[in-house]
Amino acid sequence: MSEPITTRGPTGVRDRDGKPVPPMVPVESKKYSLNLRRMWQLTALLMILVSVGPLTVMTAIDYRVTERSAESEILLHTSRVVSNTKLAVEFSLVERMAALDFIVEDNSLAELRDCARVGEILDNLQTSFTGFVDLGVIDESGRQFCYVGPYDLAGVNYRDQEWFEEVREDTTHVSDVFPGFRHVPHMVIAVRHNLPDEGFYVLRTSVETSLLNKLLSNLEISGEGDAFVINREGILQTSSRRHGDVLEVLDLQVPEYSEVTRVYETLTPDGVPLIVGYSYIPHTPFILMIVKQKAALMEPWSATRRLLIGLLVLSLSIIVLVVVGVTSYLVNKIHWADKQRVAALHQTEYTAKMASLGRLGAGVAHEINNPLAIINEKAGLIKDLFRFSGRYADDAKLMGIVDSILASVDRCSAITRRLLNFARDTDTEPVSVDLGETITEVLGFVGKEAEYRSIDVNVIIDDDTPKISTNRGRLQQILLNVTNNAFAAVDNGGHIDIGVGRKGPDEVMIKVIDDGCGMSEEQLARVFEPFFTTKSGSGGVGLGLSITYSLVAELGGSVSVESELWVGTSFLIRLPIDGARNESVAR
Amino acid sequence: MKVLLVDDEEELVATLAERLSFRGVEAKWSTEGQDAVDLTKHESFDVVVLDVKMPHLNGIQLKKKLERIRPEMKFVFLTGHGSEEDFRIGSAEADRYLAKPLDIDALVATLMEVVSHDDNEC
Repeated sequence: MSEPITTRGPTGVRDRDGKPVPPMVPVESKKYSLNLRRMWQLTALLMILVSVGPLTVMTAIDYRVTERSAESEILLHTSRVVSNTKLAVEFSLVERMAALDFIVEDNSLAELRDCARVGEILDNLQTSFTGFVDLGVIDESGRQFCYVGPYDLAGVNYRDQEWFEEVREDTTHVSDVFPGFRHVPHMVIAVRHNLPDEGFYVLRTSVETSLLNKLLSNLEISGEGDAFVINREGILQTSSRRHGDVLEVLDLQVPEYSEVTRVYETLTPDGVPLIVGYSYIPHTPFILMIVKQKAALMEPWSATRRLLIGLLVLSLSIIVLVVVGVTSYLVNKIHWADKQRVAALHQTEYTAKMASLGRLGAGVAHEINNPLAIINEKAGLIKDLFRFSGRYADDAKLMGIVDSILASVDRCSAITRRLLNFARDTDTEPVSVDLGETITEVLGFVGKEAEYRSIDVNVIIDDDTPKISTNRGRLQQILLNVTNNAFAAVDNGGHIDIGVGRKGPDEVMIKVIDDGCGMSEEQLARVFEPFFTTKSGSGGVGLGLSITYSLVAELGGSVSVESELWVGTSFLIRLPIDGARNESVAR
Repeated sequence: MKVLLVDDEEELVATLAERLSFRGVEAKWSTEGQDAVDLTKHESFDVVVLDVKMPHLNGIQLKKKLERIRPEMKFVFLTGHGSEEDFRIGSAEADRYLAKPLDIDALVATLMEVVSHDDNEC
């Protein structure tokens, strides 16, 4: 025999018993009970929902909580800074008002009428405090009878001034900031001192706002903060870094009056979010304001948030990928198992069908055998009568007719015997099998077809081919399937060679070669797959070779195939010589 | 040599008996098991050739009854070889087992062999 055909197993897939399993390919869904696409979608969706949902909700809650916490901390911090700054500004003003109070308490009106004395006092004030520009004394008629300072204000009457009316009624007055004659922003502080005769006079001084500017500009305020003072009309009393120079109108709304420090959020005309803290300074027209950029304040929190959101997105992506991957893997496994189940069902059906066919054949053969026996005996009796009576004994034609009847009975008998043998071997235990006899038996089923189609079937059995211990029924099915396959492949007048020989110490091989239509590479790769068929138009369901593959595996052997399109196909079946051992192991 | 043929196919046993008679074998036949029992009570046979599958009394049951009446008789089973059980019974229960359709010369040879085997034992 020639060298064995190069084996080309379908895949390395094996079942849990280690037996090779034919590879699977997608087939029409109607053959399967499961809607795998829907199963995949539902499983993936549910897994994503239960894993992504809580994670997203928790992240959202954490986002909101930490955002509020950060905002709350910013508001609290701003409020504290405003309160502290307000105390400093208030103290600065009160300190100066207290200095004026001290002067009027410490000096008599007579002393204050002495402008030289007032000049000395101003010198002392300027030495002790910053910001004092001038000092004037005004009688109750509003006339400034003494003035020391850089301007020529002696004798000026303030009777009609609003601030003078105010100080008459309320003992002290702090004015808004105004540019004055020098065009230097300053404010006026005036203190009334009552005289024993129910008259009064007023001590008035100008204070430069550089005092407040210096105080506020030294503040370290986070969030690109800006501290400044406005009056109740919204005019800037000190310079602001972002909201204009002194005496310009503030671009924000004047906050509503409050006795305590308050903080609120607002937007600039450009829509930039701001944190604004303010406090009304008592006994003055001033409102201290600290304005911060919310975005700058939230930047540390935002940076952390960006990192967390990035991690969340990364986690979600990984979860989705893993879920999709795992779901696909599991559904593919289920798909594979489902196909295995369906293939097993079909194989069971096929085996049951074969057994039924065997029983049917046996029944028919049995029923035919009785009338066949009668024909046999009647024809034999005719022959006996001719022979033993001497009449017609020499009539060659009559004797020939009787012999022809007996020969036909023999032919029928051979057919029924073959059917009976086939049925008998369907489910037997491993027995000693002569491969040559089995092949001859199998070819008996297709002999007529070979004759009608002029197919040349050539069987070569090597002399050293041993008998093998195997399941005869399964071996017959294997050989019948492979032979039928070859008959389906060849044209009329084609050739089929069947070779049997020993292969090594433990195996025999059966090679079935045809010169039929062959298979393409793609068909060859799928030839043992369940439901794969090239004969779909002629009723083939694509299970024959798949079942052959399983049956060979059951017998402990292997099957491989080589084919070339339009040249032919070779099947090589290897079977163990001692198949009984393999069978028991398989069971 | 006297032979009793028992088979539910009358055409078969009658023809077979006639053919055996041409070959010097005295053959009687019956299509019913009970008839065969009655016949055996009055007459002894060297060999009983009987079908395994018969209505009312099958081959195995009939063989047991006939053995009780004539323990010296030999038995050859005929079968349509229709089932595994037939094959097993045919091989195990009788002295010889033959499948239908029969070859008359093979049947005669079997009968002779069975009888001569018995003679040798004696």
